[in-house]
Amino acid sequence: MSVKEKVIEIIAEQAVLEVSDVTPDSTLEDLGIDSLGLVESIFAIEEAFDISVPFNANEPNESDFDISNVASIISGIEKLVSEQA
Amino acid sequence: MKRVVITGAGTINALGHNVAQTLDAMREGRCGIGALEMRDVDRLAVKIGAQVKGFDPEGLFNRQQMSLFDRFTQFTLIAAREAIAQAGLEFSDELSARSGVVLGNSGGGMTTLDDNYRTVYEDGKNRVHPFVVPKLMNNAAASHVSMEFNLKGPSFTVASACASSNHAMSTAFQMVHGGLAPVMITGGSESMLCFGGVKAWEGLRVMSKDACRPFSANRNGMVQGEGAGIFVFEEYEHAKARGAEILAEVAGFAMTSDASDIVMPSKRGAARAISGAMADAKIAPDTVGYINAHGTGTAANDKTECAAVADVFGQHANNLMISSTKSMHGHLIGGTGAVELLACIMALKDGVIAPTINYEEPDPECALDVVPNEAREAKVDVALSNAFAFGGLNAVLALRSV
Repeated sequence: MSVKEKVIEIIAEQAVLEVSDVTPDSTLEDLGIDSLGLVESIFAIEEAFDISVPFNANEPNESDFDISNVASIISGIEKLVSEQA
Repeated sequence: MKRVVITGAGTINALGHNVAQTLDAMREGRCGIGALEMRDVDRLAVKIGAQVKGFDPEGLFNRQQMSLFDRFTQFTLIAAREAIAQAGLEFSDELSARSGVVLGNSGGGMTTLDDNYRTVYEDGKNRVHPFVVPKLMNNAAASHVSMEFNLKGPSFTVASACASSNHAMSTAFQMVHGGLAPVMITGGSESMLCFGGVKAWEGLRVMSKDACRPFSANRNGMVQGEGAGIFVFEEYEHAKARGAEILAEVAGFAMTSDASDIVMPSKRGAARAISGAMADAKIAPDTVGYINAHGTGTAANDKTECAAVADVFGQHANNLMISSTKSMHGHLIGGTGAVELLACIMALKDGVIAPTINYEEPDPECALDVVPNEAREAKVDVALSNAFAFGGLNAVLALRSV
């Protein structure tokens, strides 16, 4: 499973949606994921890839990690995974 | 001042998953204490407890709730749902704005703490689930009750060890009594039956390894339980106006502090709480028919408690009944007074006195009518519920039949 597929799977599970309903341009708001759902998703992503995501829930927009939509989350995770390799 | 009545009750504990099952067990003198089922039980010296068995939270809570609810919160919500359904109340508008939740709890989410300490200390992981804090905080249960039932008035959690529930219910009573809130959801819960929770209690060397035998000369300590007891305390006129069934009246309470020792009880502190509750409720001592004892089954508590009762009631101490239902449901610590209030309600409403089971040998230092081993039918108009906590914090509630 690619990083993209895995991230989409985690986000879909959090949103209680089918994987096919999660598109790259979906925002977390579109998917109905609130702030608590977001930190839970990031935890699941960290566990799945054994990485540390630089996300601060106090200042989501100031973090180095872009959560504006699913595509930006995927590219952020891909970068972290490749840096770790 | 306003009269306060109980219009709903709910529970889950080792004796049953609701009030009816629990009261049946108390009537039958059934014991909820058994072999502990938990991880690493072979490393425990104390291997018994009053665990809630046959409990499956799946289906009772949605996925998000499951990830946010420690076992003590699950117990609380199950009991709250039962109590509020019985009361038949829906909270909206003014009633919602003014009604709240005051619950007793001592350890918070001990299972959550235990599991996550294992993760970081034993398994060496450096990351825990993001909901550890909102799961383990002592007020989690009160907050989730407020959310599920739209209660927007005063809500908080009271921690006074084994007296937490009685302090909470006294506080809730006071709020309704004083006109601050028309309805308060109150009681308490505890779930310390996890490896770390039992291990901590073991350290104190006050736990029995075989049974809880309050007031019996051969008693050898307390036994931990778990669960929740939740009640709807409602202003009398409010309850009457809507034709609600009234289970009992909460007539008064008293709280005292021994100001002497962090673990040893004091006869004087206990006696002041008992007589204070009667004075607050304006009830004559000779009208008290039943006392639900703190009755932990430790040497220290039981003789101190009996001496306090003898001091307060004089000759009448020989006429009243005093039993410890901890012999059946174990010691629920911060939730204990709440589950025990059910025995007071049963005495007042159904005329059935719950027994002290496992009573084997009379103790001259506990020479009261402890309703040994078998429930008894008796008409009772006034009942007291005692709670005397570690730290010397005492709270006694006085209930009257309606």
